[in-house]
Amino acid sequence: MGTIKVSGLGKAYRHYGSRWQRLAEWVVPFSRTRHTLKWVLQDISFTLEPGHAVGIIGINGAGKSTLLKLITGTTQPTTGSVSVSGRVAALLELGMGFHPDFTGRQNAYMAGQLIGLRADEIGALMPAIEAFAEIGDYLDMPLRVYSSGMQMRLAFSIATCKRPDVLIVDEALSVGDAYFQHKSFDRIRQFREQGTTLLIVSHDKAAIQSICDRAILLNGGRVALEGDPEAVMDYYNALLADSEHAQVTQQQTADGRIQTISGTGEAGVEEVGLYNAEGERVEVVRVGEMLELRVKVAVHKSIPSLVLGYGIKDRLGQVMYGTNTWHTGQAIANPAAGERYVFALRFPANFGVGSYSIQTALVDRDTHLSSNYEWRDLAAVFNVINVDHCVFAGCLWNEPTISIEKQ
Amino acid sequence: MDVVSSLWRFRGFILSSVKREIQARYRNSLFGFAWMVIQPLAMIVVYTVIFAQLMRSRLPGVDGTFAYSIYLCAGILTWGLFSEIMHRMVVVFVDNANLIKKLNFPRLCLPLIVVLSAGFNFAIILGLFFAFLVISGNFPGWAVLALVPLLLVQVLFAAGLGGMLGVFNVFFRDVGQMFGVLIQFWFWFTPIVYPISVLPEWAAALMQLNPLLPLMEAYQGILVLGRWPDWGRVAPIAAIAVLLCMYSVLLFRKHAGDMVDEL
Repeated sequence: MGTIKVSGLGKAYRHYGSRWQRLAEWVVPFSRTRHTLKWVLQDISFTLEPGHAVGIIGINGAGKSTLLKLITGTTQPTTGSVSVSGRVAALLELGMGFHPDFTGRQNAYMAGQLIGLRADEIGALMPAIEAFAEIGDYLDMPLRVYSSGMQMRLAFSIATCKRPDVLIVDEALSVGDAYFQHKSFDRIRQFREQGTTLLIVSHDKAAIQSICDRAILLNGGRVALEGDPEAVMDYYNALLADSEHAQVTQQQTADGRIQTISGTGEAGVEEVGLYNAEGERVEVVRVGEMLELRVKVAVHKSIPSLVLGYGIKDRLGQVMYGTNTWHTGQAIANPAAGERYVFALRFPANFGVGSYSIQTALVDRDTHLSSNYEWRDLAAVFNVINVDHCVFAGCLWNEPTISIEKQ
Repeated sequence: MDVVSSLWRFRGFILSSVKREIQARYRNSLFGFAWMVIQPLAMIVVYTVIFAQLMRSRLPGVDGTFAYSIYLCAGILTWGLFSEIMHRMVVVFVDNANLIKKLNFPRLCLPLIVVLSAGFNFAIILGLFFAFLVISGNFPGWAVLALVPLLLVQVLFAAGLGGMLGVFNVFFRDVGQMFGVLIQFWFWFTPIVYPISVLPEWAAALMQLNPLLPLMEAYQGILVLGRWPDWGRVAPIAAIAVLLCMYSVLLFRKHAGDMVDEL
């Protein structure tokens, strides 16, 4: 239970020049086809084993939602096939079948029946729905007095009141307040631990990286990349940066991780190194130690502006800290071809124990979306160890002084 | 068969939808359910009092104060059922586009909900009309039992034809518009307000093509004269109704995928 098998899946919408052509196709016997096919998905194949979690990412219009609709069976594929085993719950459109004039409880029955639950099942699950939604007395008030957040809480609670074999989530998590977002995400995580197969579409890097063991990048209706979530996310980021001239390369580093380098190439990082206070190059650093990140940049073509950005990512690929020389007011104006710059960034290693990586970006202003000369993930890696501070948990070193008074 | 079993699995949803549709109409009113009775009651009162007492309309060949009123109600009430089902079936898929596009559930629930809720409305009206017949001493007797199969045929016919137009309407919205125009002609092309005997011969001959004619004649015969219907005349339309329903389901299944894309 809980297998998703997608093979050779393709979806095309029929496009007619005019409504008359469609009519001709319907009524003229043996008529030639008068429509052109507009492909939105082509050649998608993947298999998801029970209990696995895969994230689907891609820019708007890449075909993510269509793919989910095909998997839930809402739309029919043009080519290929989808087979899903087990009970499927989809958090695609929360609140379908809600009617504003009825109470939350009545709507819960309706929405539950619409996803295939029986009335007695819903009755039995109602206390759990009530407890999870935490909307109190509102449950027995008409839905039109609900805030959108409360509607979303109720809808989510109904949709997930029974653990499905396959759970399909489309950005639904970004609704609701922070508290409920955490709560709903926890529930998804629990389902996963109990063996639910998970398919998530999200732009939220953190969500995908923390819960998925695989990611699929869709681009232009095809699978552009499939693999480890961090590598796919990096590639996605690179793809976002520029569409025309960008070159994206991925290579495996010595320790087996995948490094992504992308950009238009007007400037490039030649060398990245991390140095300690004594000026020695280090890969293992002590908690709280002063560090210097040296980045040597070569300008290959004259450009209007050069900004160096960097970010320090933890083991899971979450950015711990990042900034750039645009924000610090140190953008270099009109660097000429052939010039070289060395940037030295000094900061204390206020990180928790673990392994970290550094990404660098050469851009023209505050984001990498207008011009991206070079984007380099995993430009350097380092490990933080704790030798001279008290033991602590977490990825931030934020040592307190504690005073205790007995009263 | 899988159609039937999936509809059976969603019977809870279908029944609650019907219930909800009925409740939704009167939910925010003070008198609630009373309006369900008051409206058709007003209609029956208008037809009986105005035509029988004020205009003193008489049905040719039949004696009795209320004969024309009963004749009129027999036609108008059953036409009302037909027209409600038709009007709603034509737009059933278009109106539920949101649900159809975003959820995977047996879509044939939707026409069924339409038929059941129209049937419920009609049952109230028919109940009131029967009450009127009993009170005014015009109850036709056992022949009313014949209404059951006749109404069933009519509902099947309306559902089949309406379902077919409903599918077409997804792709060509002209169908819905055209239907709105045609059904007005259809009403006056059916002997509801007038008896067929007042028509010139050529028009009466043409009217034999109207599939609702045998049903209307049967209703009027039962309710005005207490006469059992001529089943031989009803058989062809019963066959047409069944074929239309089967064709509609096939048409729906053939285009279900395209429909989701088109909506």
